[in-house]
Amino acid sequence: MKYMLLICVDESVEVSEEEASPEAWVKEVDGSGVRLSGSRLRPVRDATTVRVRDGELVVSDGPFAETKEQIAGYDLIECDNLDEAIAVASRHPAAGFGTVEVRPLWEE
Amino acid sequence: MGAEAEAAVADAFRQEWGRVVATLIRVTGDWDLAEECAQDAFARALECWPRDGVPRRPGAWLTTTARNRAVDRLRRSATEATRLRELAALPGPEAGDCGGPGGVPDDRLRLIFTCCHPALSAEARVALTLRTLTGLTTAEIARAFLVPEPTMAKRLVRAKQRIRNAGIPYRVPPAELLPQRTAAVLSVLYLLFNEGYSATAGADLVRRGLCTEAIRLARCLTGLMPEEPEAAGLLALMLLHDARRAARTDDAGELVPLEEQDRGRWDAAGIAEGVALLDAALHQGRPGPYQVQAAIAACHATAARAADTDWPQIAALYGRLAALAPSPVVELNRAVAVAMADGPAAGLALVTSLEASGALPGYHLLPATRADLLRRLGRTAESAAAYREAMALTAADAERRHLQRRLDEVSRPG
Repeated sequence: MKYMLLICVDESVEVSEEEASPEAWVKEVDGSGVRLSGSRLRPVRDATTVRVRDGELVVSDGPFAETKEQIAGYDLIECDNLDEAIAVASRHPAAGFGTVEVRPLWEE
Repeated sequence: MGAEAEAAVADAFRQEWGRVVATLIRVTGDWDLAEECAQDAFARALECWPRDGVPRRPGAWLTTTARNRAVDRLRRSATEATRLRELAALPGPEAGDCGGPGGVPDDRLRLIFTCCHPALSAEARVALTLRTLTGLTTAEIARAFLVPEPTMAKRLVRAKQRIRNAGIPYRVPPAELLPQRTAAVLSVLYLLFNEGYSATAGADLVRRGLCTEAIRLARCLTGLMPEEPEAAGLLALMLLHDARRAARTDDAGELVPLEEQDRGRWDAAGIAEGVALLDAALHQGRPGPYQVQAAIAACHATAARAADTDWPQIAALYGRLAALAPSPVVELNRAVAVAMADGPAAGLALVTSLEASGALPGYHLLPATRADLLRRLGRTAESAAAYREAMALTAADAERRHLQRRLDEVSRPG
């Protein structure tokens, strides 16, 4: 099964470069072939929100959600089951100071 | 013969439902199909057993019948070729005892670990465990948890969808995950038991029956995991609590406090079994919260009179429990035990510091305990105020009436 790991962190929380660096994790999951793709994302201040309401395109800056945690990166992984995906997600450094949301891909 | 066969079917339903469903889920990978085919098999049994006699191994008969039914249904949908091959490869049903043969996990163990997976909500875990392992109907589970049947039906459908969509594996977790996941299973069973135990005499029979179901599941789990002393500890705990059931309420349905219960009405066989199980579990030398709680329950259950209760031992056990699984409720219970062992003033000091820490806001047993201790210290005015405080916090009728009785006692002049 394919899972998207959404790496969510509070951008205002100070984390040392070393603590936040997913380098070792990326090396591990790429090495084992679990990770299909992934990237860090630019911060929310660079985000654009696109919506269509009543046929009209509404473009604005930033997400509207008032949640503190924002998506800071994503990783697409392939695992046999949820337990494996949880194990992979739990080793991502952001799990230690943010949240990793594990979302199965919609596959028929 | 007819009545006898029907009783055999009812008995087999209690004994075999979970096993039939668990096996069918493994081989078909389809939870709904598994339940439907299990239902069909029991319906067939009701037709066949009165006519042909009860089979020598009812469980094997039911599993085979359910499996054949699944083959029929899958054959009709031609796309299911792979599952059909798996079904054909399914070995003949095994003997009817609880444990899986030589290292091969019993399918029910797979089922219970999957139902209690932490990625499911607590509500979903409980509902799914009851539906698939005990065979309670959706309507019965809804009644037991006091929710409308469509709500419960939706909850079950969503839980099964989630297992499929999120890829929750149908298996016993590997060794490194086992301790944590076993704790999750035990907590679901204990929650189930407590739902039934907190139901009063007036409550629905199905609701009260949750205790029986929880004990049955814990018994099964203990058989499946003989190396897990906490499973046996939980079973012992349930048996020891359940043994006092008949004495817990009086004829009018009023709650009778432990020290006033007629100990002659306690179930001696249940207590003996609980104590024996606990002793065997403790011998494994790996104590845990359930074993300690069972030890506390055993102290109460084995005291011939309330006055004979070994309170210093109970206070020490609560201290142990607070170290293993710290919680303000445990601290409150420790305060009660200390009050019995060393006097109400010592207990009151613990309650006061617990209240000062801001723990358990709105929890009626906190002021109720303070009220009891103040009453025993002869501080009646403060005691009455605390009883009123406690009454304002509880909605349960039996509890309120008990508090009112105490309030009347301390308010009586002279």
